Amino acid sequence: MNFAKNLKCKECGRVYPLDPVHVCEFCFGPLEVFYDYETLGRVLTRERIEAGPPTMWRYADLLPCRRETAVDIGTGFTPLIRANNLGRLLGLNNLFIKNDCQNPTWSFKDRVVSVAASVAREFEFDTLACASTGNLANSVSAHAARAGMKACVFIPGDLEQGKVIGSAVYNPTLVAVEGGYDDVNRLCSELGDKYPWAFVNINVRPYYAEGSKTLGYEVCEQLGWRAPDHCIAPMASGSLYTKIYKGIKELTWLGLVDWRATRMSGAQALGCSPIYEAWARGSFTIRPQKPQTIAKSLAIGNPADGYYALKVLEQTNGAAAAVTDDEVIEGIKLLAETEGIFAETAGGVVISGLRRLVQEGRVDPEEVVVAFITGAGLKTQEAVSPALAPALTIRPTIDSFEEALGERQRSPASAPIAVGGERR
Amino acid sequence: MEKKRVKFTFVQELIKEPVIWKLAKQYDVITNIRRADVSDDRGWVVLELEGERDEIERGLRWVEEQGVRIDPVYEDIVEG
Repeated sequence: MNFAKNLKCKECGRVYPLDPVHVCEFCFGPLEVFYDYETLGRVLTRERIEAGPPTMWRYADLLPCRRETAVDIGTGFTPLIRANNLGRLLGLNNLFIKNDCQNPTWSFKDRVVSVAASVAREFEFDTLACASTGNLANSVSAHAARAGMKACVFIPGDLEQGKVIGSAVYNPTLVAVEGGYDDVNRLCSELGDKYPWAFVNINVRPYYAEGSKTLGYEVCEQLGWRAPDHCIAPMASGSLYTKIYKGIKELTWLGLVDWRATRMSGAQALGCSPIYEAWARGSFTIRPQKPQTIAKSLAIGNPADGYYALKVLEQTNGAAAAVTDDEVIEGIKLLAETEGIFAETAGGVVISGLRRLVQEGRVDPEEVVVAFITGAGLKTQEAVSPALAPALTIRPTIDSFEEALGERQRSPASAPIAVGGERR
Repeated sequence: MEKKRVKFTFVQELIKEPVIWKLAKQYDVITNIRRADVSDDRGWVVLELEGERDEIERGLRWVEEQGVRIDPVYEDIVEG
């Protein structure tokens, strides 16, 4: 069944049918999917959800497309782990990590793109498109392949080769655009108007964004049908952050979890922190920025949902944090060394942001805190590699090994041990 | 005739300038404001422009030269 009822303007409340449109014709405000919560409240139970597949599609009733026709490459229901080691270090007694590195293309974008691709196919689009510097491009390319759709993916011309491969392998039409970030942005807004494609974050954006709610649902279910006390998520466009909260709110409206007044905190990299900056000023007006940070997956200088993220920060008594690029790397290393999870730069932003909020006394040590890690570290190895201790190189003898080990123990750096040299 | 939806963001020094009035006066472009928010230090206006494509482009270039930031109504499209 599908309980999506209509689209509703977030600004003026006007209602639209479920079509591939994204802005209100009257005020140009963004549209959002609205559901038949009354019927959902009667039909949806914990048991019904638990009987579903171990993917995000167990929550299909709360998404704007049908499970039977979903473009599913196995996204979601990723692990929620109790992070005792990191928690001890930060002074938090109930810290959990939602590890979304484990999605099919190694980031949370699979959640939004899975919904966008499913809806696009229902609307009979034949091409899935996006403009991206990494994760989104990978996911759109993969889902289009699975859906039997064409993919047209726009990337900045100077993108590193490693990031191109993660999309190119699925054989989309990969278009490298000459010029800077603003040029790609402008071109894609014009293409979105001209071509009859499903541009995932333009004309199908209201549906696409709904995919992020599943992070909120999963966390509640994995905590034993309990809402967290405090969430900390990365903020780029602000969409993921606001939708996690929408997910938690919906479960409470439907009586599936108790209302706990979950606090929503968000983290940005200082080099691109328009939401943090407005929050720190006590304003709801975003000042667009020119991104300059290694956390490229969060580098959105003019965030579409920035205003709504600021609203959630205020409503939930959350806090924003912005961290330097050095702290991003420290955060990546801290998570890897304490919990065995290698996150991309956005994860480093979240962990260092959390550390900062704890230091500022904004997180109660007893709160059930969930930190959202949204992408895997293998995607951004270049950011962290200069900060890692080099491997020890030894001759293939026990003496050499023990000598190197002794040196390692005397040195403050903790290096991995690699055995090199010729085979005897 | 074409229609284009844009967002203008004004810095503090430009808030008192009648940029949109001048745009319509100097270029053959119909301006239709749909949503706006102006505070002490900054203002933004979401509007629809209607006119010949070249005329809209020339008008937007002039607006940009005045120091106004121009974005698509859906803000940044490129994502990580």
